[in-house]
Amino acid sequence: MKMDIEKVAKLARLELSEEEKKTFGNQMEQILAYMEQLNRLDTTGVEPTSHAIPMVNVFREDEVKRSVSREEILEISPDQGDGHFKVPRIIE
Amino acid sequence: MIMELHELTIHQLHDLLVKKELTSREATEALYRRIGEADGKINAYLMLTEERAFRQADEVDRKIVRGEEIGDLAGIPIGLKDILCTKGILTTCGSKILGNYVPFYDGTVIRKLKEGEAVFLGKLNMDEFAMGSSTENSGFQTTRNPWNLDRIPGGSSGGSAAAVAADECIAALGTDTGGSIRQPASCCGVVGLKPTYGRVSRYGLVAFASSLDQIGPITKDVEDCAILLNGISGYDPSDSTSVNVEVPDYKRCLVSDVKGVRIGIPDEYFIEGMDPDVERSTKEAIDLFKKLGAEVKAISLPHTPYAVAIYYVICTAEASSNLARYDGVKYGFRSDRYEDLMEMYARTRSEGFGKEVKRRIILGTYVLSAGYYDAYYRKASQVRTLMRNDFEGAFKEVDVIVTPTAPTPAFRIGEKVEDPLQMYLSDILTIPVNLAGIPAISIPCGFSRGGLPIGLQIMGKHFDEGMLLRAAYTFEQNTDFHLKKPSLI
Repeated sequence: MKMDIEKVAKLARLELSEEEKKTFGNQMEQILAYMEQLNRLDTTGVEPTSHAIPMVNVFREDEVKRSVSREEILEISPDQGDGHFKVPRIIE
Repeated sequence: MIMELHELTIHQLHDLLVKKELTSREATEALYRRIGEADGKINAYLMLTEERAFRQADEVDRKIVRGEEIGDLAGIPIGLKDILCTKGILTTCGSKILGNYVPFYDGTVIRKLKEGEAVFLGKLNMDEFAMGSSTENSGFQTTRNPWNLDRIPGGSSGGSAAAVAADECIAALGTDTGGSIRQPASCCGVVGLKPTYGRVSRYGLVAFASSLDQIGPITKDVEDCAILLNGISGYDPSDSTSVNVEVPDYKRCLVSDVKGVRIGIPDEYFIEGMDPDVERSTKEAIDLFKKLGAEVKAISLPHTPYAVAIYYVICTAEASSNLARYDGVKYGFRSDRYEDLMEMYARTRSEGFGKEVKRRIILGTYVLSAGYYDAYYRKASQVRTLMRNDFEGAFKEVDVIVTPTAPTPAFRIGEKVEDPLQMYLSDILTIPVNLAGIPAISIPCGFSRGGLPIGLQIMGKHFDEGMLLRAAYTFEQNTDFHLKKPSLI
């Protein structure tokens, strides 16, 4: 299978250089070809494993506990002001 | 033989502290001296935390003077892989995108070790986001193997394993997603254990592939491994995947006796292209187990050849989703070349992530994208079930499984950087353990003709770390590979 690397990079919010597109493209082809071997196996009716240790939903009591302060969170952000994260304008 | 202070193990140093023959401050000073001598060559540390370390050490020393009892880890200087969140201390995960990240909380293992009064020397180098087998993918520096400075220390916990091997810490913590504790332990001739998935809390561990990641000890011997595992294990409400089953005292598992223990040897692990020295050392180790009274039998794990293919679908899928959080908004690095929001995201991520991380995000995004999900992710998850079943079947017949940890000793720096698939294949013998969620340990079992350490992998049933430690301890008591030291001069 051939990957449309530009499209995938866009989905992943990555900007690739021309050189990266080329080398990644070749490497992806090789890696995906290697993965093709999985298709040699018949997995009809096999349940997929998402966690190796079987688990059901874990719930806790709905109690109020101390959480991190807004100041502590904002202090380590790249840009902030008036108690919020600052980002470029989203709505024109 | 006069031992240098930095060469001490956890249990040796603990005894000296208790007997008041040495203070934690003296031990900590000795370790920083050693780091000063050795780390210019090894590059294991990303950052040292001397002020805090001495504060921690002095507190323990005062306790001892007051005649109070201290725990096994109290006053012991250890190193931390830089993937573990430490409150108020830079936590980079080997990445430029987290180059300025100072967490406002401690991960659970850090909290536990603080409660146990361990001394943190500093943060150790790693492949960026734990993606790699050599530390060459670190955003900051490549760590060198103390046994041969032209060789990789293994990865991703290469800084941790190299620091332990070079006596730049008494012990260290690493993390293991596809072999990242065991393979570097094997490359550097030290002990490394990946616990059962859910044994150790992942809260405060920077996530790579959440269904596979586990934190574990890297130490100079098996006894230290048991002690450090005691210090970090246990259920944690903050990690919903940690499992609430009783944790035994792992020190009690250190019994030098394997009589009647059933050891399985899977033929599939003796792959084509395996280094002859690795094969020889492994077979000699198996013979020793036989001589010591273990029952050795051939078993089959038929889906082993698919491990790397399954792993690189699942781990990249999980990584692409986990790493979506690095957007330059909440914490970490933000590019300064942007006009609008989309450009800010893309530039931040493209400038902040290194090559291997980008490669894996792209692969993961692809295998999860519309139209390909069933062909890749679902298929890999199904084959993962088959692989789990292999182990389940095998563990009906045997107590542990013994294999080499890695197909070759440490390779040369630069040897596999341009060929990601070859790099991925170096983890072929460690990956199945993570996919099945079982525990496994790597212990030193020999040296190559070129003088490089070789590791033996012992795998066990879910939550049966005790049996791994027993088998490993027995092997160690009857060999002296773990006592050999690299000469750094």
